[in-house]
Amino acid sequence: MKTYLIFLFRVFRLSFQGGRKFYLWMGALSVLSLVGLYAFSNQFVNGLQTTGMTNQVSWGAYIANFTFLVGVAAAAVMLVIPAYIYKQSHMHKVVLFGELLAIAVITMCLLFVTVDLGRPDRFLHLIPPFGKLNFPGSILSWDVIVLNGYLLLNMHICGYLLYCHYRNRKPTWAFYIPFVFVAIAWAISIHTVTAFLYVGLAGRPYWNHPIVAPRFLASAFTAGPALIILAFQIIRSTTKYWIGDDPIKTLKQIMTVAMLINVFLLICELFAEFYTETVHLASANYLYFGLHGHDTLVPWIWSAISLNLAGLCILISPLSSRLTYLNIACVAVFLGIWIEKGMGLIIPGFVPTPLGQIVEYLPSFNETLICLGIWAFGALMFSWMLHVAIPILDGSLRENSEAAISNKNDS
Amino acid sequence: MSQHENDTASSKTIEETLKPLTRRSFLKGAGVGALGMMGFAAALKPLLDLEKGDITIDELLQRHYKELGEDDLSRILDQLTGDTKTRYGADVSIRDLKPQNGVGFAYALSLSKCIGCRKCAHACLAENNQSREHEDDINMSYIRVLELDKGSINLEKSDHYYEAAEVPQKDKYYMPVQCHQCDNAPCVKACPVQATWQEQDGVVVVDYNWCIGCRYCMAACPYDARRFNFKKPTVPAKSINPNQTYLSNRVRPQGVVEKCTFCLQRTRDGRFPACMEVCPTGARVFGNILDPESEINYILQNKRVYVLKEDLGTKPRFYYFFD
Repeated sequence: MKTYLIFLFRVFRLSFQGGRKFYLWMGALSVLSLVGLYAFSNQFVNGLQTTGMTNQVSWGAYIANFTFLVGVAAAAVMLVIPAYIYKQSHMHKVVLFGELLAIAVITMCLLFVTVDLGRPDRFLHLIPPFGKLNFPGSILSWDVIVLNGYLLLNMHICGYLLYCHYRNRKPTWAFYIPFVFVAIAWAISIHTVTAFLYVGLAGRPYWNHPIVAPRFLASAFTAGPALIILAFQIIRSTTKYWIGDDPIKTLKQIMTVAMLINVFLLICELFAEFYTETVHLASANYLYFGLHGHDTLVPWIWSAISLNLAGLCILISPLSSRLTYLNIACVAVFLGIWIEKGMGLIIPGFVPTPLGQIVEYLPSFNETLICLGIWAFGALMFSWMLHVAIPILDGSLRENSEAAISNKNDS
Repeated sequence: MSQHENDTASSKTIEETLKPLTRRSFLKGAGVGALGMMGFAAALKPLLDLEKGDITIDELLQRHYKELGEDDLSRILDQLTGDTKTRYGADVSIRDLKPQNGVGFAYALSLSKCIGCRKCAHACLAENNQSREHEDDINMSYIRVLELDKGSINLEKSDHYYEAAEVPQKDKYYMPVQCHQCDNAPCVKACPVQATWQEQDGVVVVDYNWCIGCRYCMAACPYDARRFNFKKPTVPAKSINPNQTYLSNRVRPQGVVEKCTFCLQRTRDGRFPACMEVCPTGARVFGNILDPESEINYILQNKRVYVLKEDLGTKPRFYYFFD
């Protein structure tokens, strides 16, 4: 117990120690997070009138970001599967980073849902026994369970493994391997359940088709690894922790296949929509070409498609073996999928309304600040976790070294 | 790799690598810490604008409507009556009207008779205390009247904003849409906290003190029947209808969803809904479907009845018919 408290204390102390760059980066992110908090306080007092949402388009940027990020969180599994199922040793060294990323991203997801609530002060209503969770009827209640469950699983796995590293002990099989395997299935489930949130609504034909869930997974397994590839390179250039090229190559392969599947599924979807020309085409028409002169989303979706296709072209060509090009592809598909799966999926579901009304949506300034704040907070969390985890992994933060330190201080 | 790892491990601990704590760095840290706290306080500053009574412990700890005892409920009703007086300056009576045994409501609307005058949409507003910017602002009305081209029933081609000098227009017909009080309601299924449910008489209600404002029900509704309070409702005192109930037309809190309740503050008292009473053409028929002698029963059995979006399996209690 005492050892554990010392561990926590050293982690706490380390959290505030770093070089000039560390302070600048963390300081900037803190300021942005606080700006977001300010905007949220403002929204909390004045209500969601501070957003661009309306009775007609009742979900906007919050839910769009949420949906996208659930995918990024689920994509941590793309490090876990090679490491634990295919026993690729080069992945073992980095798998923890994926799980840490999942923790940060799931936290962002939960924040995005919270800021979307009209009455966040009533969140207790979701938690039995005081609350009345509508389980299993409401898919949203499933989402609450799977997201929090995934957060807890990853917190347990990361916390346990890091502490074992700190104690220089071999982790006990039973304390983490079963959790790792549950987390693999769980990761798939968080994104599937999030897709079902939309698929389950018969009144919104734009969402109500079975391909949404597989497409969610395919695009998640593209955007997630893209982010992780970029993160790996930042880690190896800013810290002493060496990550080889092998994990990056593995992730690149996963990403390429996932992107191909994603594009294929998109084509399937477009065929069904545009070939049949039913009245349900209206939403897709609005998204890709504009409807009755309303075309806010048109430039967005075409940039998303261009970014995705450009990224895919690089990925399948030999160019991608060079890191610069690979990075360009990663940024392109990350942005492309963020647009396509966020605004491109959520907003057309509401345009036109089930009664044919067309009301367009753009996030307000205050709403944008809140989104920015949550992204900054996620980056802050991930940076902090890496800042603490890397010294633990490379051995410079170890239990026995504490003894050495205290001896020195005593003398 | 492991070579590398061992090297770092044996060479230096992280505390040795980083600068040791000095008086100077401690003060610096304290300064930054204080700055951070100030930033945090500044970020929360808008919360000072919360009005007294916006969020109370009583309300946070209030149970779900179905779990409230009689004492709790009467205390809450008194509280709400007082709040309406202090905030809106209106004297109102808020009751808790239960559904009656042997009553199941249904509503039918004649598409042949409706002329699209929107009187129902306005009457709804006057009856149900929705938020409005001015007297003609029917954005929060529970009824949307669609103007459609004769010869088609494609809602996606409907016009919600028609402003003809005279209705009905020759080549048009009109379709008012409001909550269909579905027996298989997608909104009830969607709600994550059971804040909305169908009552025994068929009316789908919302516990405004339980709703968390996630708006999943709005996404789920195929009839666009739900409205959200994006701000604290604005209703002029003189326009407030004092005949209110807990589950229907009391002035709503900010951040919750509301909807048509077939005017249960009237209909559970033996009166007709406001939209029906005001209709100048008699296009609207409301009644007890469990009563074999009722007009609504006659219509459903003898007229040509049309159920909007029947393919979705929502089993509405709201029907359209043709004369």
